[in-house]
Amino acid sequence: MKFISILFVFLLSLSVSAQTNDIDSTSIIVDDSLTQKIAPPTSVIVEDFKYDDGDNLNIHWVPSIDDLPQDGKVIRYRIYQSVNNGEEELIDSVNFSVNHKKIEGLDIDSSYAFVVSAVSKNSEAKSNKTISLQPEREWINFNLASLFLIALFITAAVIYFIETARRGKELFVRKIAGLEAVDEAIGRATEMGRPILFIPGIHDMDDVQTLAAITILGKVARQVAEYDTKIRMPVARSLVMTAARETIKTAYQTAGRPDAYNDDMVNYITDEQFGYVAAVDGIMVREKPATIFLLGALFAESLILAETGNSVGAIQIAGTARPAQLPFFIAACDFTLIGEELFAASAYLSGEPKMLGSLKGQDVGKALAMAVIIVGVISITLGEAYDIEFFNNITASLKSFFSVSK
Amino acid sequence: MKRTVPLIITFVVGTVLILSVFIPPMENLGENFTLFFDIIAVFAFFLGGGNLVRVHFQKISRKSDDFQFSFVTLIGFFVMLSAGLFKIGNPGDIASSVTADGSLFNTIYQSVFVPLSSTMYALLAFFVASASYRAFRAKNREATWLLIAAFIILLGSTPFGTMLTSWVPESWSIFHIPNLAVWLMSSPNLAGQRAIIIGIGLGVVSISLRLILGLERTYLGDDSA
Repeated sequence: MKFISILFVFLLSLSVSAQTNDIDSTSIIVDDSLTQKIAPPTSVIVEDFKYDDGDNLNIHWVPSIDDLPQDGKVIRYRIYQSVNNGEEELIDSVNFSVNHKKIEGLDIDSSYAFVVSAVSKNSEAKSNKTISLQPEREWINFNLASLFLIALFITAAVIYFIETARRGKELFVRKIAGLEAVDEAIGRATEMGRPILFIPGIHDMDDVQTLAAITILGKVARQVAEYDTKIRMPVARSLVMTAARETIKTAYQTAGRPDAYNDDMVNYITDEQFGYVAAVDGIMVREKPATIFLLGALFAESLILAETGNSVGAIQIAGTARPAQLPFFIAACDFTLIGEELFAASAYLSGEPKMLGSLKGQDVGKALAMAVIIVGVISITLGEAYDIEFFNNITASLKSFFSVSK
Repeated sequence: MKRTVPLIITFVVGTVLILSVFIPPMENLGENFTLFFDIIAVFAFFLGGGNLVRVHFQKISRKSDDFQFSFVTLIGFFVMLSAGLFKIGNPGDIASSVTADGSLFNTIYQSVFVPLSSTMYALLAFFVASASYRAFRAKNREATWLLIAAFIILLGSTPFGTMLTSWVPESWSIFHIPNLAVWLMSSPNLAGQRAIIIGIGLGVVSISLRLILGLERTYLGDDSA
């Protein structure tokens, strides 16, 4: 008789499992005598998520004792949420061995309680319900206090040197070979009677590299206008086209030659990366520019463009803030503006004291970085080698100050 | 006025976006401004498309040099535009996705555009070879070091490199070529890259401040700093 009843229950459970393939989304009635019971997660705690807009909570729990790395019975944890002491609803699930979850998109005016359940292949064990908690809003993110202080220090240094320069103090700025060569490059194109090609990268005006390229364009275009050289600027973004036209037009007006300006100096090609590359390569091969500027956000196309420019014998000045592309430019171009030099270019070329002041402020930031790196290297080396607490403390302080967690 | 209003907008938006990093209730502003930018960029696309058509029509009408290429550009432009706009050959109704399988737009994209793009990208292999040849010529001391480093890294990625130094005892394993290659990449190379990245970060801060404070105005077409 007992055998028959067990067989009946077995067949019943088979028919239930045949009705669904998704064990996670379906409630299953399970006979305890046929399943292995699992322990629920314990100590489920809900906490406010620090430094947010009051729309997140954190929950964490002690995993079920049946949650083992190998041959464990727990396959996942389900998270149930109760809003304003209402009914519990399944909102998410996480894999076994995970013991925390950030609950996002909550309402600051509601309170939330949670239940976490451990789920095995054929059973589920729920934890106790947590306390009900309302998410809180914080007005300042103190996690970013160190970042704020560093930004404040560098900003203050930049503004201080701008003001110092404004008062007439002479500031020394080291020579940047790539920018010193701009005059020579434009002069060469003028002498050869061939155009200058200006490539401002393939990103839009929301990229600071494109802005840097456009500011350099302003200085280049002024000289181009004065020397009556031809400039060609194919672009990959419509907004860049509009901004570049405005910049070149103003440069021609400033140079006293507004009549020589033509909208066709800047033309839109395509937003597509390699379509743009094909068109620009074609322009290089057909028009054989004497000088090519490759400045801005450039990616896989950087070497294709630079090598084609090299093959037509153009003098090339390149610059990007993408470290991965710099080796290509160094290999294929005559001059390369490495990283920060691209951003310094407009200030450097203008020669305006207050613009140069901003570069000096930037140098203060570099001095700070160097000092911290040197102190860090010494402290971690001596601390690790001789286990001196003083140096270990310095290392720990530096790590905690410069580790930014959102 | 033409210059003052953009400068005020730049100052306000720049300052607000910096503050939004440190003030949680303002943190969504960054995403919202990105959306505003995308909306403006969509309208600007009409300018770009219009310019493309105008330039190539001019080339054809004036029979400028290589004007035949302009025919190809214009045909490509209008065929893709029509295929996308009128959803030619789209399975299902007009509401279905323009990139649905079987649509003319998707067919042309997959069979013409993707292979052409891949072809352009593939050129990179040849350009890497020619650029490497020039960069690695041992013309001075620095270039010689570069050549040696590159040679070790290339060799370290091959089974031959592993085999070449397999006889070196384990206590001297740093001299195994693959280990040397890893060390070159993770120590001198990474240190150099980080130095450049720190410089870039500071450069971005500096140029951003110049833009926010209105010292840098060239991007507005204003040359007076």
